[in-house]
Amino acid sequence: MFKFPCKNSTSSSVAKERLRFVLLSDRTSINPELLYDLENDFIKVISKYMEIDENLLELNINKDAGNVMLKANLPVKRVKTY
Amino acid sequence: MGEVIVVTSGKGGVGKTTTASNMGAGLAENGYIVCLIDADIGLRNLDVVLGLENRVVYDITNVISGKCKINQALVKDKFFKKLFLLPAAQIKDKMSVTPEEMCELCNILKEKFDFVIIDCPAGIERGFKNATAGAENAIVVTTPEVAAVRDADRIIGFVGACGLPSPRLVINRFRPKMVNAGDMMSIDDILDILSVDLLGIIPEDELIIVGANTGELVIKDGNSLSGQAYKNVVQRLKGNEVPYLELQKSNFFSKLSKVFSRQ
Ligand SMILES: Nc1ncnc2c1ncn2[C@@H]1O[C@H](COP(=O)(O)OP(=O)(O)O)[C@@H](O)[C@H]1O
Ligand SMILES: [Mg+2]
Repeated sequence: MFKFPCKNSTSSSVAKERLRFVLLSDRTSINPELLYDLENDFIKVISKYMEIDENLLELNINKDAGNVMLKANLPVKRVKTY
Repeated sequence: MGEVIVVTSGKGGVGKTTTASNMGAGLAENGYIVCLIDADIGLRNLDVVLGLENRVVYDITNVISGKCKINQALVKDKFFKKLFLLPAAQIKDKMSVTPEEMCELCNILKEKFDFVIIDCPAGIERGFKNATAGAENAIVVTTPEVAAVRDADRIIGFVGACGLPSPRLVINRFRPKMVNAGDMMSIDDILDILSVDLLGIIPEDELIIVGANTGELVIKDGNSLSGQAYKNVVQRLKGNEVPYLELQKSNFFSKLSKVFSRQ
């Protein structure tokens, strides 16, 4: 079985996290595993440049009038300096 | 002109019938003339929940086919004088009622009743289409579980696709102790996920099961927590703002123990 990350480990937070992915997938007909990988890759790429708060990260996909809009909110804690 | 409200959920067994019946009774208690429609063709339910099973003569399909007049099919409640039930038919063929016929029926009923409340069957097929066809507003019931919330999300989408305004949410079988222990999603979690307006929070309550045994509605019992919660739902339907019940019993007891420890 494909496991979801447990940022905090109460069963209610696991429930919320599972719902987040399954609803994103229901609403867009995109496979939840793909969404999960997408979110992880997102975090990896952005983290090269900025420190982000993963707990407040929001990924949304809206479908209207045939257009798919991917919206990500990535709360930045700190910009990395070189 | 009355208002037609459908009570729906997607997932079965989450409390649609309990909510529709208590809401109807509460509105009747507040002076409105209310008609409850059991839209679950083939699985008649509301009559036993209201304790009216022995008084059913005709049903919704008899009205639609013209076999009887609406007034002949309506069953008057024993306790709430302004509450009436239009029973479902116990026939196998769900297709015997069309959405157009339901719509016409609702239009006739809302001339006579202040509120027409439709108890929707589970699922997203013909029963759902029939139940929503004549409705102007929808209430979605869910429990704080993953499967129920997921189905609620789908139903909220379907309600919108029917051209109805965004539905209001009733969260049923809520257990504050489990939320405090981190083992049940909180009200905020659920609202956050579904992004709809909240109409009520109904606690898990054994009295609802006891009432279902005897055919009595919990809203009759003003001392019960769930009865009080349904009374609040009715106030909100009337447009009044009422605070949500303080369901965190554990808080109450901890406050109480502090009082005692002071002496
Ligand atoms: N808040 C509650 N506390 C305890 N039992 C409940 C509660 N709400 C509903 N029930 C019980 O759950 C069962 C299913 O409820 P019901 O209203 O028939 O659901 P639905 O119409 O959605 O299928 C019934 O036996 C009912 O008595
Ligand atoms: Mg039911």
